[in-house]
Amino acid sequence: MSIRHGLLALLARGPRYGYQLRAEFEASTGSTWPLNIGQVYSTLSRLERDGLTVRVGADEEGRFIYRISPEGAEEVRRWFRTPIARTDRPRDELAIKLAMAVTSPGVDVRDVVQAQRTATLRTLQDLTRLKADGPAVPPEAGERAWRLVLESMIFQAEAEVRWLDHCEAYVLRASTLPEPAPEPTPERSSATETAAAPEETKR
Amino acid sequence: MTILEMREVSRDHGTGAGLVHALREVTLVVGPGKFVAVMGPSGSGKSTLLTLAGGLDAPTRGSVTVEGADLGSLSATALSAVRRRSIGYVFQDLNLIPGLTAVENVMLPRELDGVATRKARAQARVALEEVGLTDLADRFPDEMSGGQQQRIAIARALVGDRRLVLADEPTGALDSQTGDDVMRLLRARCDAGAACLMVTHDARHAAWADRVIFLRDGFIVDAGSRPGPETLLEGAR
Repeated sequence: MSIRHGLLALLARGPRYGYQLRAEFEASTGSTWPLNIGQVYSTLSRLERDGLTVRVGADEEGRFIYRISPEGAEEVRRWFRTPIARTDRPRDELAIKLAMAVTSPGVDVRDVVQAQRTATLRTLQDLTRLKADGPAVPPEAGERAWRLVLESMIFQAEAEVRWLDHCEAYVLRASTLPEPAPEPTPERSSATETAAAPEETKR
Repeated sequence: MTILEMREVSRDHGTGAGLVHALREVTLVVGPGKFVAVMGPSGSGKSTLLTLAGGLDAPTRGSVTVEGADLGSLSATALSAVRRRSIGYVFQDLNLIPGLTAVENVMLPRELDGVATRKARAQARVALEEVGLTDLADRFPDEMSGGQQQRIAIARALVGDRRLVLADEPTGALDSQTGDDVMRLLRARCDAGAACLMVTHDARHAAWADRVIFLRDGFIVDAGSRPGPETLLEGAR
């Protein structure tokens, strides 16, 4: 989640104090990504350095007010226009684990899949409970924003479960295929066929 | 009291080389207010479990009890009375009768059960109100959207305060928002004291349940009891 663009989008609505930005950011994401005030001010100072915001005066308690610059406003518009590339996200640990499970002898992929599916379903149940506690369409805009964030997490968990189902079916299907001829390993590439026989018992 | 109790239930199809164990020694207890989802790959026994729970088929071994009545010990007449009075069915194929209005479709099971037309109509109105479709009571199925038809089918399953609701892929081809509305209805019915057993392949919908049971090759591989290590033991059968 881009804090930088989130704060900039809030400033596009009008000048705000730092603590105000923090509160509004958290309110519109249902406190899914809590911010500490230090993150807010360090982000604001970078935005100021890059000419996207301007610090305008201070109130009687010495708190600064921040205002978006025309360049900042353009940056917000650009952000909303530009899709987020999937490659910008970190590597998927689960996909790596499954890939390893499939190629590791002695690991039952179905057990790995089942353990993960149970855990992901529980997350999905917890998220759904949060959703079920509210009305189908919340009357307040902030609540609706939070609902969309919640739905995003629900859809991601659902996608993970569907992918796990797919992995299980795929592995099952592969297991009914005839075992391919063992690949020659470097040490035995010129050795006799009988040398490979004991290894064929592995799954 | 439990509403649905399945004890060591097995269902075999065919004999000899063609013998298929559709369901194997499944024990499942669903109490009032509980919403249980059943998931699993195709052919894992999900639909078999549901038809056995609903008394639409009899187990090869084991017992199925609905609201205290052991279905295996009932006469055909008594069994169909339990099916009409205690159990509501929601299937993907809605089976709404095109020549009847919404309210007539909903009151039909009550009338079949010998309830006077006036009373059946009043009960149907209550069920329609529960699914939020009072306004459409006099419309015919083909004058309604898919989501509305599905809600009519649910009202028909709920009418007359049936305590066990069995649902097989009840969201069918509905979009995610309408599917959520259907889940909300089933959840509300459970919160009001019914028991619901739902087969689905959709994790998003299963997540509305209190428990998610996972079947594979006719066995329960995950009983969905949360949380705790005993789940692992059950999984190891």
